[in-house]
Amino acid sequence: MGAPRPLPETDGRLTENIVHFTRALRAAGVRIGTAQVEDAVRAVAAAGFSRKVDFYHTLRAVLVNRPEHLALYHQVFAMFWRDPEYLEHMIHMMSPSVRRDSEKPRPESAERRAAEALTGADVARRAEEARQELQLDMVLSWSATEKLRAMDFEQMSAAEAAEAARAIRTLRLPVPPLTTRRRHPATRGRTPDLRATLRQSLRKGGEIGRILRRAPRTRPPDLVALVDISGSMSAYARMMLHFLHALAATGSGNWGRVAAFTFGTRLTNISRALGRRDPDAALQAIGQAARDWDGGTRIGAALDRFNKDWSRRVLGQGAVVLLITDGLERGDTALLARAAERLHLTARRVIWLNPLLRWEGFAPEAAGIKALLPHTSQLIACHNLDSLAALARTLAQGGARA
Amino acid sequence: MTALPRSIDATIDLLGSQRYVCGRALGTVAFLALDLGKPLFLEGEAGTGKTEIAKALAAALGRRLIRLQCYEGLDAAAAIYEWNFAAQMIAIRTAEAAGDTDRDTLQKELFSDHYLIRRPLLEALEPQPGGAPVLLIDEVDRTDAPFEAFLLEALSDFQVTIPELGTIRAEAPPIVILTSNRTREVHDALKRRCLYHWVDFPGFAREIDILRARVPEAADTLSREIVAFVQALRGEDLFKTPGVAETLDWARCLIALDTVSLSPEVISDTLGAMLKYQDDIARIAGAEATRLLDAARADLARAS
Repeated sequence: MGAPRPLPETDGRLTENIVHFTRALRAAGVRIGTAQVEDAVRAVAAAGFSRKVDFYHTLRAVLVNRPEHLALYHQVFAMFWRDPEYLEHMIHMMSPSVRRDSEKPRPESAERRAAEALTGADVARRAEEARQELQLDMVLSWSATEKLRAMDFEQMSAAEAAEAARAIRTLRLPVPPLTTRRRHPATRGRTPDLRATLRQSLRKGGEIGRILRRAPRTRPPDLVALVDISGSMSAYARMMLHFLHALAATGSGNWGRVAAFTFGTRLTNISRALGRRDPDAALQAIGQAARDWDGGTRIGAALDRFNKDWSRRVLGQGAVVLLITDGLERGDTALLARAAERLHLTARRVIWLNPLLRWEGFAPEAAGIKALLPHTSQLIACHNLDSLAALARTLAQGGARA
Repeated sequence: MTALPRSIDATIDLLGSQRYVCGRALGTVAFLALDLGKPLFLEGEAGTGKTEIAKALAAALGRRLIRLQCYEGLDAAAAIYEWNFAAQMIAIRTAEAAGDTDRDTLQKELFSDHYLIRRPLLEALEPQPGGAPVLLIDEVDRTDAPFEAFLLEALSDFQVTIPELGTIRAEAPPIVILTSNRTREVHDALKRRCLYHWVDFPGFAREIDILRARVPEAADTLSREIVAFVQALRGEDLFKTPGVAETLDWARCLIALDTVSLSPEVISDTLGAMLKYQDDIARIAGAEATRLLDAARADLARAS
């Protein structure tokens, strides 16, 4: 786009205010680079400043690049770009001393984060308030038969962390690599590499000595893990998450990107939390993100939600699903069978890891297991799974009898 | 060649002249993309008109539309340029047969414009009749990360380097539109170079406008019923929610069947135009269709 243009001259303090606005957005959790701030000022100069709705869309086009941030942007915009008196009023309203609960409207989504971003000083007070509201939530949801609670995990010991790293390094998942459509030079490739051959021949004055070849490149498939965190699986929750974190953090070339979800009575995407480098911080974040620890299991409903909300976004490029559950369904097994079938049709492979199954005299009797079994590519069963090393070994062996 | 629009309203009118109905938000983003010369990144569900806007812009501005359809494994040879190897080989043989073995001349001749096969990205950098072209990079989420990284470079400088020929730089940068169906998250770095817009399903009024603009032969009452039904359908918990493209397809189906007014039977027979998954069709066909139709009619009655 040619030579850099100087920032347009604007009257008054508009540029300054736009910069403040981007800072507020950043504080609210929207990631914005410096270049985007510059673009925002240019864009406003280009679009003109006549109508508020245009101003809104102009800034949005430049500053937001994820649909999940749209609501946040909307709230921050609404709060930032109005009369300063209103902002003052808001701050006033939010302080508990004058707040009258009966008049307070229900906060819209993202409003709290937006408010916190704009009124940094009030964060502590707001947090307290948030805690109060949360308690209210919990009481309410208790009656709605859904048990909600966060989870605190014991911290990793150094020995455990070392063991995890070791186990993951030796782990070979039972998934064949994907053949991509890209090619790379190979002596025994099937297709001739005409470009390289010609280049080589020109070096010899047009003499074609040997035809160089290319072969398709392979890549490891992405991994999508669906982890059951209901009560019956609680003994394994920490280890499974530790395992997933190690998988995501130690890209050893045997799998691609790792996306992970937990489910019990609801489905939670924990991929972002899993991305933290420190395993303790990651487990802490996951413990807070998922709210249905040690509750009941509705595998069918969870898989159904996954199919509808996420499968198109994470299963696109030949991903393999690793389903970690005991298959003991408390919900509707017909729904489970339908959801499992849809999952099996969409995913390249569904590997079911059942850590609570003994093979001696195994017969799929539980209704949930019966519904799930026909729709998995592979069932890996193990019991007495007490260490990551054992888990890695079992996965690598591919559950010999499945 | 039409000049670039000078304001948001002019942009909306320009797109409207191509029967592309767009809201204020999309109009603003489109205007900014044209005015600031930044790529436009459109993300959203399939069938919401992301590709159409590129076609409409190209047609309205009288520019050439160059389309690069992305797929997994898309590489430089398919996206930028390739040498015509077969022709080059023949040229070498001919030169040999003629006893013409001056290496420099041969090399110069072999790697000349004559043997170059241009692919969409290279074409988009070259001057076109009518001015800089509209470059549509469609479904960018289908490629892999390496190609994304390459796009990042190409879109920031608008130049490519061919080792044998040197660097080719666009005199006037093309109007670039990228679309994504979000089957994968495109990297933030690429999105940051662009103006981003999430294309959502339109509301009732806009969808009516779109239907009128695109399928003008549909009678007014039928159009209203169609849109009300589709809007109700979008509220359902479906595996794949129908987009605007499906609404238009369905309207055309109904017209082909000489439908005057919707009935549960007609809906069940033509559901395949809107729903593309057996589970969804099984759920909606029959009693559910009747219920949705009644709800849609009640909505219409309340609105009028």
